[in-house]
Amino acid sequence: MFYREAGDFKTTYTEDSQTFPIKFDRYRYYAVLLFAFAVVPFIINDYWVNAVFLPFLIYAIAAIGLNILVGYCGQVSLGTGGFMAVGAYAVYKLMTTFPEVSIFLHVILAGGITAGVGVLFGLPSLRIKGFYLAVATLAAQFFLVWLFNRVPWFYNYSASGQISAPERTVFGVPVTGAETAPWAAYLFCLVFLTASAFIARNLTRGMAGRKWMAIRDMDIAAEIIGVNPLKAKLSAFAVSSFFVGISGALFFAIYLGAVEVGEAFGINKSFLVLFMVIIGGLGSIFGSFAGAAFLVLLPVLLKNTLVGGLGWPTDLAAHLEFIIVGAMIIIFLIAEPHGLAQLWRVAKEKLRLWPFPH
Amino acid sequence: MPEQLIFGMEVFLNGLMAGVLYALVALGFVLIFKASGIFNYAQGVMALFAALTLVGIMEGQVPFSHLINAVFGTEVHHFGWHVPALAAIFLTMVVMILMAWIVNKLIFRHLVNQEPIILFMATIGLAYFLEGFGDMMWGSDIKKLDVGLPQGINGWIDEKTFNIFDYGFFIDNLDIVATVVAALLVVALVIFAQYSKQGRAMRAVADDHQAALSVGISLSFIWVMVWSLAGFVALVAGIVWGTKSGVQFSLSLIALKALPVLMLGGFTSIPGAIVGGLIIGVGEKVFEFAIGAPYLGGATEIWFAYVLALVFLVFRPQGLFGEKIIERV
Repeated sequence: MFYREAGDFKTTYTEDSQTFPIKFDRYRYYAVLLFAFAVVPFIINDYWVNAVFLPFLIYAIAAIGLNILVGYCGQVSLGTGGFMAVGAYAVYKLMTTFPEVSIFLHVILAGGITAGVGVLFGLPSLRIKGFYLAVATLAAQFFLVWLFNRVPWFYNYSASGQISAPERTVFGVPVTGAETAPWAAYLFCLVFLTASAFIARNLTRGMAGRKWMAIRDMDIAAEIIGVNPLKAKLSAFAVSSFFVGISGALFFAIYLGAVEVGEAFGINKSFLVLFMVIIGGLGSIFGSFAGAAFLVLLPVLLKNTLVGGLGWPTDLAAHLEFIIVGAMIIIFLIAEPHGLAQLWRVAKEKLRLWPFPH
Repeated sequence: MPEQLIFGMEVFLNGLMAGVLYALVALGFVLIFKASGIFNYAQGVMALFAALTLVGIMEGQVPFSHLINAVFGTEVHHFGWHVPALAAIFLTMVVMILMAWIVNKLIFRHLVNQEPIILFMATIGLAYFLEGFGDMMWGSDIKKLDVGLPQGINGWIDEKTFNIFDYGFFIDNLDIVATVVAALLVVALVIFAQYSKQGRAMRAVADDHQAALSVGISLSFIWVMVWSLAGFVALVAGIVWGTKSGVQFSLSLIALKALPVLMLGGFTSIPGAIVGGLIIGVGEKVFEFAIGAPYLGGATEIWFAYVLALVFLVFRPQGLFGEKIIERV
């Protein structure tokens, strides 16, 4: 019907290689952006922001980051939780040391610091591959969490060992601390997510992304055709950790407000983000969004139907959540190893021909 | 002899014992990896599941009682009988074999010829599933497991070392039993793999799937067998760990500790799993004793194994006993 490229003539290369080549897609993208920026902030309340929107936005950034590393560059990492912790503690130290600087800059700087740490832990990837690398990144996960637990400098010698975000404002509106309005927190995260997705999309379809994909498909062959594996792998680690660091910073400063490192950034977080990437689709930016949305919404939905609707105890719902998430992962891997993004692609292909497929 | 050195020796011995337990879990990994190329992340959860099932059967718990009570509003918890340990172990083994069959039938049959990393992810999914399933079936509270293994300080060693050093070493009886069991298990596995018909078939499958198929070996049977074997190893590990620290969620985390053990030893080598386990066990205990606790604020055991494996791999990517990795374009 309306979903097709007929009549949509491209006359320049720029037009031809744009992200959304089909007019309908393009307009839908603008509509979603407009809706997210101009409509949602006015209608959301505290519950929706804290239960659905903030986790979704923040995990989507983390999933984009991890997708660059795992989906585009093929380096499996189980250290996401640790890198998120780096972002959180970096933003905490920056916020408390330079209170007069905008938190906006702090979050970006925290991403930068995490990128540095990511490169450091990415160095072994030049020698180790596959599973071995996945296990090696566990070293990052456990070491970093231990470090933030044990060195008092990181949590400013606070008695509880926790870090808690002081109040900071953007244009006079508080975005961290107890006084934050739901819409302010939402918009702050949304800006970062939009920027992250934009940057990630354009990096992955440019030279950098092609190098990463060459490394992913076969690193020796990539090296032979002139891709420098050192630069490609480390840049993937840096970019990925940058996004993961930003998401960690937001997770701490905006979403939770106060954090105990082992609890908030443990190994489970690493797996959660990895699952988002797998279920969403490896090597797809849209997949990162879909995966994050899926795994954020699933527990909320289960909790509401089982605990709220049927009156089951919460621990039973939690067990069921484990079972369902596990089963979903297996089913996805069997039925569609490329995740939700592939389902979406197939659906679009079908829609383009609908209702006359022949 | 200086006191520090004697303490160090005790720490070393305890490290060896802990290493044996890591090796027990790692063994299950190696078995499955060798035969089917699947890196089974769920091995630790299998140990947890086996231990949970064992306790549940011994105590005569009603499976899914929590769920049944929530849905039907009933109040059932126990059948009211107690099953003797040996019979319960046998029944648990039956459950593990059943699980092996289901896992192969429902999951890995459909994933033949997929990339290793996809298979790995599938086992993570399986781990999540089993974790939730085990908790739902038997409840998530910490359970005591007692199948009659001896526990507590070994008096004989305590006495002997006290006579020599004026300081009695603390060695747990359970650790000694675990060491003996692990040694027996390894010997049995090696004999099975080398001399029995099924063991030969298993090695053939490990070598080359297609060639094994062409001489008439049933892949699906071998895989079910290997998963059952891994289930058996998991059961043994679950019994030992469960007796030591209670059957609880953290049991599944030892799977994570087994990963660096495997990396050190090499994924394909049974002796490697043992040696790697001992190195990690001794290494982390001695490091904690000598450097971690005095200088770094303690609890270095959490990350030491991983960092050690990481540093080691940079110099020898295939591990100590692994087959040399050859890559072709």
